[in-house]
Amino acid sequence: MAQLTHRTPAVLKPISASFAATRHLTTASTTPITVETSLPFTGHNIDPPSRSVETSPQELLKFFRDMALMRRMEIAADSLYKAKLIRGFCHLYDGQEAVSIGMEAAITKKDCIITAYRDHCLFLGRGGTLLETFAELMGRKDGCSKGKGGSMHFYKKEGGFYGGHGIVGAQIPLGCGLAFAQKYSKDENVTFAMYGDGAANQGQLFEALNMAALWDLPAIFVCENNHYGMGTAEWRAAKSPAYYKRGDYAPGLKVDGMDALAVKQACKFAKEHALKNGPIILEMDTYRYHGHSMSDPGSTYRTRDEISGVRQERDPIERIRKLVLSHDLATEKELKDTEKEVRKEVDDAIAKAKESPHPDPSDLFTNVYVKGMGVESFGADRKELRAVLP
Amino acid sequence: MAAMLQSLGAASASVVSSDHSIKLPPAFSLPVVRSEARSISGPINATRKTGKLITKAVAAKAENPASAASKPGHELLLFEALREGLEEEMGRDPRVCVFGEDVGHYGGSYKVTKDLAKKYGDLRVLDTPIAENSFTGMAVGAAMTGLRPVVEGMNMGFLLLAFNQISDNCGMLHYTSGGQFTIPTVIRGPGGVGRQLGAEHSQRLESYFQSIPGIQLVACSTPYNAKGLMKAAIRSENPVVLFEHVLLYNLKERIPDEEYVLSLEEAEMVRPGEHVTILTYSRMRYHVMQAAKTLVNKGYDPEVIDIRSLKPFDLYTIGNSVKKTHRVLIVEECMRTGGIGASLTAAINENFHDYLDAPIVCLSSQDVPTPYAGTLEEWTVVQPPQIVAAVEKLCQ
Repeated sequence: MAQLTHRTPAVLKPISASFAATRHLTTASTTPITVETSLPFTGHNIDPPSRSVETSPQELLKFFRDMALMRRMEIAADSLYKAKLIRGFCHLYDGQEAVSIGMEAAITKKDCIITAYRDHCLFLGRGGTLLETFAELMGRKDGCSKGKGGSMHFYKKEGGFYGGHGIVGAQIPLGCGLAFAQKYSKDENVTFAMYGDGAANQGQLFEALNMAALWDLPAIFVCENNHYGMGTAEWRAAKSPAYYKRGDYAPGLKVDGMDALAVKQACKFAKEHALKNGPIILEMDTYRYHGHSMSDPGSTYRTRDEISGVRQERDPIERIRKLVLSHDLATEKELKDTEKEVRKEVDDAIAKAKESPHPDPSDLFTNVYVKGMGVESFGADRKELRAVLP
Repeated sequence: MAAMLQSLGAASASVVSSDHSIKLPPAFSLPVVRSEARSISGPINATRKTGKLITKAVAAKAENPASAASKPGHELLLFEALREGLEEEMGRDPRVCVFGEDVGHYGGSYKVTKDLAKKYGDLRVLDTPIAENSFTGMAVGAAMTGLRPVVEGMNMGFLLLAFNQISDNCGMLHYTSGGQFTIPTVIRGPGGVGRQLGAEHSQRLESYFQSIPGIQLVACSTPYNAKGLMKAAIRSENPVVLFEHVLLYNLKERIPDEEYVLSLEEAEMVRPGEHVTILTYSRMRYHVMQAAKTLVNKGYDPEVIDIRSLKPFDLYTIGNSVKKTHRVLIVEECMRTGGIGASLTAAINENFHDYLDAPIVCLSSQDVPTPYAGTLEEWTVVQPPQIVAAVEKLCQ
């Protein structure tokens, strides 16, 4: 590909323009830009970090592209669900992308993330591919869990992504365990245990907080507060909706979850804190455009005006778009082309996932037990080894 | 005859974190005790090491002190055997850790972890707050990264609070992650009906856990099998629930000095016989053996099998016995409804129906909360006279 060092004129055909957009991403500079977060951080028992975040053109363009990809993926999943290719439960993350993106920008793949069922975008952020996502959603063999987990059970061991859990709040003690293992191996990494405003009322959270604080585990508890626990607004479920304060003895930070840079700053701050002083709670003030899941229209407990209001004023992708345009890092057209490119990528992945085969009937019995010091299943007469439950 | 562990190599590959200072155990072979007349042609890579084979899978009877000095092995109580097994595994593999209430400084409420915290430190033998749900969850999370936690429930009944973590996360994560994560946890603790401990502290959880896919259940009954099963459970890559019994902790037995590991899926032949197969586990084994003495005096020859493996059932040993005697009596401490005996009855009926001369009789505890009053408690649980009467009726 020929190197372009100037912006391509609009007269060129769309395909070259899309090349230009991709090239733009990789050749964008890494010179630091300082941006102020939209809102200040609020701290509980801790001095909040500064509002000035250091970023770079490359990072901002990457944020834009990745969030556009996540947004497109979730919307495509919506259509696939309505076309009955995805069944069961499907919880979509659109609106909350900034939390995933900002977090990834602040940490490494050796740090662990564990979350509940709204996990598609977090999986992508941890290194999952679109094919694995769509194949798993459609229950095919090429899915990340070989089609046996489904929407709520995405995992990526190499990327440090521990799922993907269906029972509200049950992942929080697991996150505590991940942090324990990190402390045990002394490997200077942290765990982000994520949960929602609904799960914040589970006893397990407070049990896990107690243990993490008692043993100084490098655990960061992230409450993604999208203000609705399925259909119940936060003020109807929690006596104290200031989730960042509920850690009591554990410090907390309230962050604007729709601002990817604020999330990045907070996660970086939290990581440093957790490695030195133990657990900290981050409350991400965010919003989901879809209902709780695909079976929830999302409009019976909130007004459409509220949803469109948030979309107009706080949308995370729009914020990055405005930043990119105001700092002159790309033109309006180039960003639109990125979005088109992303759309094509998603469509290609869906097409490929549709071709992926369904699991074999024999896969019903694989991975129930681990092969080894063994669970062997003999026939009733034990004459021959019928199956070694793998 | 003996099969070797092949999981040692696999175990070292499952630890995720890099840069850590944990050294993994060397992959040396250790004899796994299996009973005779078993030829297993399977994918187990057997390396024979005949030097240290322990061939007896049957518990030795208690001996008098006079002959004790000349016999090989050493005598100890069941809780000490558990402790020995746990200590050996902790010394062998630095990833093994213990979570539980009062396991560290206090030494364990039944002394199973006595002095282990002094030896291995506070982090490896972790005193948890009273939060069963979350420390069991914590164990599962730690296991996902490669650690091998042993979770102690102070009483098995308390683990009902952790049922979600045991069922969903322990049992299912290996499957729902498509095999990416293994959960090598051991969940152990005393259960069963004790001496007037009251309803909530006398629960038998084996029946509640038995449907959970992905976990293995074993019940120990003698110091010999307690140590062997503890070691096997820790080394297993699957989550294992080890059921101990409150009243059996002070049983004394002579066990070998050499290292041994028992198979998690095998039943134990306690007393071979010809007339009737009596299947039992945990404390009821002793009631059965007491009844067996009476039965022998009356001229019967019962075959007593301690099934040990509650999930999966060792249908091989059981099946061979049924084919020989054609009569089955199950004696268990579980409740009548939905207990281990109920599943075992169904499994035997399904597989060995043609070999039965009489319907299977299952003696279980009554379907009542265990009362406090001593006499009532005695009546809740199966007693030796009832076993004798049942055998006499069965053999008519």
